[in-house]
Amino acid sequence: MMALSGHLLTVVIFFPAFGALALLFLRGDDEMWIRRLTFVVSTVEFLFSLFLLRAVPIGQAGYSLEEFGHWISSPPINYHLGVDGISLFLVILTTFLTPICVLASWHGLHHRLKEFHVMLLLLEVGVVGVFLSLDMFLFFLFWEIMLIPMAFLIGIWGHERRIYAAVKFVLYTMAGSILMLVGIIWLYNATGTFDLPTIQRLIHDGQLNLPERTEMILFLAFFIAFAIKVPLFPLHTWLPDAHVEAPTAGSVILAGVLLKMGTYGMILPLFPDASHRAAPYVAVLAIIGVIYGALVALVQPNLKKLVAYSSVSHLGFVVLGIFAFQNISMQGAVFQMLAHGISTGALFLLVGMLYERRHTFEISEYGGLSTPMPKLAAFFLFIALSSLGLPMLNGFVGEFLILLGTYQVHWNWAAWAATGVILSACYLLWSYQRVFFGEITHQKNRELADASAREKWILATMAVVTLWMGIGSPFFTRRFAEPCKAVLEQMNRNVMREVALPGAPPLASNRGADNSTERLASR
Amino acid sequence: MTSFNQQMLQSLRLVLPELIWCGTGVLLMLIQPFLKNRQALTFLAMVGTSLGTLATFYGFFGTAFSGQIQFDTFSLFFHWLVGLISFLVILASDSYLEREKLDSAEFYALILFATAGMGVLASAQELLTAFIGLEMSSISSYVLAGYRRDSVKASESAVKYFLLGSFATAFFLYGIALIYGVTGSTNLAKLADADPSSNLLRLGLTLILVGLGFKVAAAPFQVWTPDVYEGAPTPVTALFSAGPKAATFALLLRIFSTIHAATQFWFWAFWILAALTMFAGNLGALVQSNVKRMLAYSSIAHAGYTLVAFAAVTSVRQDPEAVAPAYAAVLFYLASYALVSVGSFTVISELGGQGERYLTFDDFAGLGTRQPFAAAGLSLFLLSLLGLPITAGFFGKFYIFKAAVHSDLLWLAILMAVNSVIGAYYYLRLIVVMYMREYKGTLPADASQGLSPTAAMVVTVAAIITLYLGLAPNHVLGIVLSEKLISAR
Repeated sequence: MMALSGHLLTVVIFFPAFGALALLFLRGDDEMWIRRLTFVVSTVEFLFSLFLLRAVPIGQAGYSLEEFGHWISSPPINYHLGVDGISLFLVILTTFLTPICVLASWHGLHHRLKEFHVMLLLLEVGVVGVFLSLDMFLFFLFWEIMLIPMAFLIGIWGHERRIYAAVKFVLYTMAGSILMLVGIIWLYNATGTFDLPTIQRLIHDGQLNLPERTEMILFLAFFIAFAIKVPLFPLHTWLPDAHVEAPTAGSVILAGVLLKMGTYGMILPLFPDASHRAAPYVAVLAIIGVIYGALVALVQPNLKKLVAYSSVSHLGFVVLGIFAFQNISMQGAVFQMLAHGISTGALFLLVGMLYERRHTFEISEYGGLSTPMPKLAAFFLFIALSSLGLPMLNGFVGEFLILLGTYQVHWNWAAWAATGVILSACYLLWSYQRVFFGEITHQKNRELADASAREKWILATMAVVTLWMGIGSPFFTRRFAEPCKAVLEQMNRNVMREVALPGAPPLASNRGADNSTERLASR
Repeated sequence: MTSFNQQMLQSLRLVLPELIWCGTGVLLMLIQPFLKNRQALTFLAMVGTSLGTLATFYGFFGTAFSGQIQFDTFSLFFHWLVGLISFLVILASDSYLEREKLDSAEFYALILFATAGMGVLASAQELLTAFIGLEMSSISSYVLAGYRRDSVKASESAVKYFLLGSFATAFFLYGIALIYGVTGSTNLAKLADADPSSNLLRLGLTLILVGLGFKVAAAPFQVWTPDVYEGAPTPVTALFSAGPKAATFALLLRIFSTIHAATQFWFWAFWILAALTMFAGNLGALVQSNVKRMLAYSSIAHAGYTLVAFAAVTSVRQDPEAVAPAYAAVLFYLASYALVSVGSFTVISELGGQGERYLTFDDFAGLGTRQPFAAAGLSLFLLSLLGLPITAGFFGKFYIFKAAVHSDLLWLAILMAVNSVIGAYYYLRLIVVMYMREYKGTLPADASQGLSPTAAMVVTVAAIITLYLGLAPNHVLGIVLSEKLISAR
């Protein structure tokens, strides 16, 4: 361990790749060992990632555990890794969900099992790499690499229209990411570096002053790529297809982590002025997403699609929280990213369990399920409540903080977005009622087995985490409060200047963000 | 007298690779009546190719034959590249020739002659020398394209290639004539300072551009490509899409980096050519149902991407700091594309079955389970063509993007981005077919059962280099970024 401690992040990124390599040496029909090995690898990976918790100091912004190595000489591209309070939890979320996914597909999946698990582990490599990269180029690299395993997961092990969904997913993402590549290169042209901390320092010190129009174009090049990933309202159409067609494990990772790559990218404070100028428009799109997603979920006859659209709605909140540029709402956004990962992931697991029993997602096919399967029904209710934002559970914390923070600057944004909370209660409870309560209309449903021991373990783990995140939220917020504040300081640098200019006494830099937001609020 | 001999010897040292390649070709033709063993012939051809490539180490940087040949890092790079390509193509042809029951000695000899021609193209410092190189490689190519004599498609391919190719060569020759008329010289070093305002010179350069544009299949001179590539024996298609293309691009780069006339003029020519070529290739590839034809169109598209870097070169040519990365982008891209192209066409050539019958998308369904190695190799090459990270194609595209953005060619960069996405669709389609569809019906009895050992070697080598260039491009970059890449004198 000591020898590895200097390279903990490298280990966390590439350990699953070694697992995948080891898998290749197993026989393809040796199902038990393939599952066991993957489970062990992903669990060990989870434990590795827990070491990060200890390494990230509380109440301090900036990156820890940095690793730096020269990779390509011209242009200077470096292998630069680091973790801060925000990426920390996203990594842990990823490593937490992967073993859960392995467990979730323990029985339902037999077709080309080895390749499935190899893809799952490679996906983990890509996603963790995105969160830990501190070099724009490296970031892009992992961003692209993770596409292929995800596309295969959807395209090979998905449901009926899987190929369509897989190709759509890849093309959407690729269209965005190639724009981002041009943006990254342009940014390199302007700054002479791909190094994220260096670029941030340049912005912070005001050394990087792009012309207004250029900054806007660059901002859009990045933002569109992230918005596709999130997905933000008019760019969301790939998501329902991908989610519905993906196998359960794919949906869980997709909703749980992949979407967060988009919001994580939006948090990177690269273009403060352009972000501020675009914020009203982005916020409008986010609010449309919140309400539209909820309304579509409300009328969905397909249970999995319902959960997929609820993602559009919930991630609208996250984007809104980020672009309110408020300390509280930013923290809420980060928290909501994690909470959504857990509760929507769990919802997909539950829907997958129903599908394993009945091979349908149609709500009308179910009804009265709480009689044959009371335990599964209880878990479903618990998770649904967390997703709709019941106090004490995880969904509440994030949404509340986002609305609170947004309200302080734009009460009308918060008012519109709050309707999403109400609507989420409507669609989740209504669909719950139709699936689990009432008379059993289909004879098949009478005989359904309740949650097995394996399923109970999975769901209990998810439920415990849900509860813990709801009650013990300071454990999380303490760690990402300072990074969020630092991001805001970056983002608000020009607002600060404007406020500081007209005769006001110069602001102390460490309190600058708070002051400026207060002033904004009083306008 | 001795000093003349000395000079001659020095000069010969610089064309030693070409001499060895041609010599091996002649030897193969002569030895054929006595040696019936195909594998021995293959081995001999491979030895000749590698000896010729290694002979570059015996050369030195300088000029030969009174300045007609220029040997510099640039031509060294291309000698290695075409040598490697021919080596791989010969290795891949072995099983193909056996399957199609074609004579191998002439085939190898023609490949070697073509290689020698490409070598001349890469180091020509004089337009007529370049013409000789162009003809050497083209005439061998015409014959190679129609090498499957009993196939209608191959004959069509050869005739089409020959007629249009000769036409294009005529353009090239006319261009040389006009330039000679204006400046009284065909030597690039002397043309370097030619009066840029002369319309006749511009016309001459335009004709040269048309001639070479045809050879690299730049739109609107690309219409021959799909038919020729589809009809030619697949290993030959691999050669066409990699070797002559790279060598012609080399000549184009040398001409336009040396002759300073009319930079602005060339900029727009390349800009438009690049945009047209990208769209022509990608949109054409989008609707193909034959994999070989799709790759032929994709080869046009990749010529378009390379031309983007040319536009970048011309727009920053006054700035020596900026121009080196743009040259490097061209060279890196050509190398990465050449290897990927040889690799993918090799897989296709093996999977086609006798008479190249099984080349539609449907024939590739379920390949991922039937032939994991071939499918994995082909997927890697397709991902490289698509430009996904950790493959050579990604860095190739990255450097071109970088050169374009650096030269403020933002719109061209965006057009290239759009095209990359279009390209992603049809490359992915093949991957999807291979891994996500099951084969419909029963597999024909004569469908390929697996790659032959030689083809597997080619695929492995190409795959390793593709990954190597994608993970550690530093070494190759060191070569293509060297300060005196192209010496003008």
